Amino acid sequence: MESNADWGSRGGLPQAFLTPGISSFSEFLKGFAPEYLPGGRALPAGSSASGGDIAPHGTTIVSIAFPGGVLLAGDRRATMGNIIAQRDIEKVFPADEFSAVGIAGTAGMAVEMVRLFQLELEHYEKIEGVTLSTDGKANRLATMIRGNLGMAMQGLAVVPLFAGYDEETGQGRIFSYDVTGGLYEEHDFYSVGSGSVFARGALKKLFRPDFTAEEAAIAAVQALYDAADDDSATGGPDLFRKIFPVVAVVTGDGYRRLPDEELSTLVESILDARRVVPDGPRSPLR
Amino acid sequence: MTTPFYVSPEQIMKDRAEYARKGISRGRSVAVIFYDKGILFVGENPSRALHKISEIYDRLAFAAAGRYNEYEQLRIAGVRHADMRGYVYDRRDVTGRALANTYAQALGTMFSEGAGKPYEVELAVAEVGERAADDQGYRITFDGQVTDIRGFQVLGGAADAVTQVLESSYEENAALETVLNAAVDALGRDGTEPRTLAPSQLEVAVLERTRTQVRKFRRISESALARLLGVDGDGDGDGDAAAGGKDGGKDGAGGGAGEDAPAEEPSEKLSDKDVLGAVDDLLDEEDSSES
Repeated sequence: MESNADWGSRGGLPQAFLTPGISSFSEFLKGFAPEYLPGGRALPAGSSASGGDIAPHGTTIVSIAFPGGVLLAGDRRATMGNIIAQRDIEKVFPADEFSAVGIAGTAGMAVEMVRLFQLELEHYEKIEGVTLSTDGKANRLATMIRGNLGMAMQGLAVVPLFAGYDEETGQGRIFSYDVTGGLYEEHDFYSVGSGSVFARGALKKLFRPDFTAEEAAIAAVQALYDAADDDSATGGPDLFRKIFPVVAVVTGDGYRRLPDEELSTLVESILDARRVVPDGPRSPLR
Repeated sequence: MTTPFYVSPEQIMKDRAEYARKGISRGRSVAVIFYDKGILFVGENPSRALHKISEIYDRLAFAAAGRYNEYEQLRIAGVRHADMRGYVYDRRDVTGRALANTYAQALGTMFSEGAGKPYEVELAVAEVGERAADDQGYRITFDGQVTDIRGFQVLGGAADAVTQVLESSYEENAALETVLNAAVDALGRDGTEPRTLAPSQLEVAVLERTRTQVRKFRRISESALARLLGVDGDGDGDGDAAAGGKDGGKDGAGGGAGEDAPAEEPSEKLSDKDVLGAVDDLLDEEDSSES
């Protein structure tokens, strides 16, 4: 396919811009300048199954649904093999006004995919004049991950977690993915990334179906703490540097990231409790 | 057999221009007006679904008059152009000037070289800045000419008549309510007899500098418009208030700016605030600065 990478310098509108019928930005990109697509690049020959050593990896993301909304939270650590590549990386992003996406896996690929996904939703909204349904958004993300399968096979996998407030039903919904683009709707809570097994174990004991947004935030930070406790690639809260997990809440009022002041109080209250019981709150036996 | 006869290039261009002008003059007018906190777009458009005014990017909006299918094609091309630039470079690198230039070149080419007919459209691209002095607007005509917008610009068939009315009423850095009322009044005076345009006949949107989101474009709903124009929104009490309340919530900044005001205001005004959301916050600020 002929490259159109010099589109900006020629002036005027290339014919592709005037072609009707495409509301998806990534579909448009596929026809116009496929080299800008995350999955559109040729892979170097030979495989490196150790993608984790050459590029930073994002780690644990948790999501909790509560009546009237959904919460998405992530730790702040990125690792490269046994090195901490970044201690204040952000892995939770707004996808649009009523949804959020959190990423685990190869950070570079994931951040690029999130940018494209955000643009995809905005582009559709501008062209069509309406927003995509929550399921529509989840499916678009699945298509993008499917396009990344080649990279995933070489160790550069991206595994996002998508959480959205469904304006039709007024409920928060959670969608998980696998590297092949498989899409699964989760109920109540879910977690992805290297520390997800520990986080999910914690959430299983902490989750209540009648959570408020504040209670869900406490449970999420507790789960991330437990993940950081047992997984070396997940970072715990850093009080000295004032690095706290990113916690985002999506409700009928839209996407809202909790400010650091709010999180600071929340984290300190959790740490105070853990000073007495280091393993966190104990759930009743039956 | 007929022999093709010679037609001078001047005549060809003249014919094409006349053809395009005729097409544009059949459409209703749209006005683009700068006010103190942003840029207002008002168009006469009874359709709720087919827009003359649209969002292009964070700070950019588009207005058009003329043939719908043609300007819709250009609008989509503009959205693609802006999104492409923002994706390859950065969101801040998407500018109104670049978009206006692109449109100008595209329209200019279509007018002078196109094998088919020229486009029967007139466009405006506006960009809201951090300060009123940074606001920019461009008008692009069917033959690719670009002009800077100073204060206001009217597009479409009756542009001259409407411009004349607006010239006498327009003042720089006026409040939204003032410019909106002036614009609606002017749009109604496009013929021999002045008409009063109802909110349902109008399409209104703003690029609002004070909006907290990155995307500054906002459509003004029919009920909010009725209140801004001081017209009866015929019995729209409860339903609209509920819908508007949601709008206010989305706008985020709503709460903070409005909270101090309600105490001394009558309750009727209070419900207005819910319906109007951010626009009303602007009006509130106006009120408090005056008193």
